[in-house]
Amino acid sequence: MKLAMPTNTDSMEGRVNNTFGRSPYFLIYDTETKEGTFFNNPAAASHGGAGIKAAQVIVDKNIDALITPRCGENAANVLNQANIKIYQSLNDTIRNNISACQEGELSTLENIHAGFHHHGGR
Amino acid sequence: MNIAVLSGKGGAGKTLVSVNLSEVSENSTYIDCDVEEPNGHLFFKPDNIIKNNISVKIPIVNNDLCEGCRTCVDFCKFNALAYTDKLLIFDDICHSCGGCMRFCPNGALSEKEKVIGEVQKGVSNGIDVISGILNIGEPSGVPIIKELLNHIDENSHYNIIDCPPGSACVVMESIKDADYCILVSEPTVFGAHNLNMVYELVKLFNKPHGVVINKYINEDNPTEKLCKEKNIKILDRIPFDKELGNLNSDGVIISREKDEYREVFESLLNTVTKEVKYEAITNP
Repeated sequence: MKLAMPTNTDSMEGRVNNTFGRSPYFLIYDTETKEGTFFNNPAAASHGGAGIKAAQVIVDKNIDALITPRCGENAANVLNQANIKIYQSLNDTIRNNISACQEGELSTLENIHAGFHHHGGR
Repeated sequence: MNIAVLSGKGGAGKTLVSVNLSEVSENSTYIDCDVEEPNGHLFFKPDNIIKNNISVKIPIVNNDLCEGCRTCVDFCKFNALAYTDKLLIFDDICHSCGGCMRFCPNGALSEKEKVIGEVQKGVSNGIDVISGILNIGEPSGVPIIKELLNHIDENSHYNIIDCPPGSACVVMESIKDADYCILVSEPTVFGAHNLNMVYELVKLFNKPHGVVINKYINEDNPTEKLCKEKNIKILDRIPFDKELGNLNSDGVIISREKDEYREVFESLLNTVTKEVKYEAITNP
């Protein structure tokens, strides 16, 4: 299974970032090979629709599940369309979130927020 | 003559100045370009209102023709499109640039009309009152402002354009046809900071301009200081006045109510008119 997570650094010692669309980094973690790769979030500096673009990136990486503290409704629409599960992260380290997910301790993210909707150019 | 009234921040007195300048001019058109929160009509209470819907064109996809090439997704700078197993379009984020439709190699995108607001035209005491209203949640008021400016009446002695606050796209659009820009500011640190932003904007657009300091108390204030430093002409100082504030917050047009206020705005209109004529001679 491939997991994705917004992170505040590009190291396994870091923590989950507190936003999704404008997170500086994403981690992709393969639970079979136990390998993690970090990359810069290309949506971080978007004028608008950062959540949509970030979700597109996650979709394109063939991710099975996203672990995130929050997610806007536009991003959730994209992720749902691609059947990607969205789990509520723990306010904790990257490693603890991965192990919690693998042990089935994370709940599905229920609180999809309506977005900040300052879509640039206003 | 087209006079735009701007300020960097809300609540500085744009509508106070615009409404009262329209009121004291003999033959005027008042155009409210503050389409997110138009409020000039609350003062004019215009009659014989005619409403016209304003719409923009947004894309609609024919899934049979879309091959998932993502040219549109990559093109859109606002990220209004995404592709999973089919194309997703986010209407609320689309800025109607039309690029996705133009670049789709398969002709899978066509346009549909989406109403984003309306323009209302009415009359108050012989003044044409035109207001733009942007529906809540729409990303940009520019299409409504473009339509509003089509109502500039060349036969009116004065077209007074009440601009949105700030210095973003909607303000640039609003001052496009202006012969003169009045910058309204408060005599505070915040007021001076925001005045500086609109000052830079009108300079960029080479618009003749001057400042009205509203809620003026004394000479020692940050706005006055900024104007001295940058050599910006101060057209007028409207004193801080509780009675004026009360009348204005009751939706009363103060220069209709009291002669002393009428004189303030007649004098301001006079000054601006002279400035525009002077500009026409020195920078034809």
